[in-house]
Amino acid sequence: MPNTKTAWIRIQEEDFSVEEETRRVRESSKRIGGIVTFLGSARDFSQGRDIQEMDFEYYPGMAEKKLAEIREKALKDYDIIEVNIIHRVGKISTGEQIVLIIVGAEHRKDAFRACSWCIDELKRITPIWKKETTPQGEVWVEQHP
Amino acid sequence: MVNIRFFAVMKKLCGRENLEVKIDGPTTLRDILNKVEQDIPKIREIIKDGRSLISVNQEMANEDSVVRNGDEIALLPPFAGGMV
Repeated sequence: MPNTKTAWIRIQEEDFSVEEETRRVRESSKRIGGIVTFLGSARDFSQGRDIQEMDFEYYPGMAEKKLAEIREKALKDYDIIEVNIIHRVGKISTGEQIVLIIVGAEHRKDAFRACSWCIDELKRITPIWKKETTPQGEVWVEQHP
Repeated sequence: MVNIRFFAVMKKLCGRENLEVKIDGPTTLRDILNKVEQDIPKIREIIKDGRSLISVNQEMANEDSVVRNGDEIALLPPFAGGMV
């Protein structure tokens, strides 16, 4: 799968523009009447620990495949028009953007439902791992509420 | 030959990123893990304690799954994508 700026599924180290990605979804179809966006960002405190930095590792090939599966299933199961999923990897500082899911639909209800399902499914089946650097040392994170 | 890849905490627990295992023909993942025990004696314990999943050619697998020459096996600890 091409990991280019025009793909609807991307795993990349560099940051992304929520505005630009939203525009891409909005302009993909004039039938779109509602867009729901989920943006995950890096907190500086988690599970009782101060976090200085995060490092995301992924399984190249399989991770993209799983994101593509999520997109395709969302398009099939919900009354929506487009899904855009981006996940960053590598070192990410607190406050930075990590993951973006944008769903465009004719109406809002399915856009909300599909967006919520996509992030839950991403966390469930996509081989991406997170290591947090804390004052106590490095911790591989297993729980993701 | 099959290549085994270790990700995230599995890399740390097993002390390596990759391990190549020689096989003579199609075999099961169970047999592969038996061979891995020669290099990493506690591999099954590490997998169990780490609640790690195993994939073959990027599809989820179990010890009965068939593995062929050239296949790629991966040890996948619990996923943690998304935000905190």
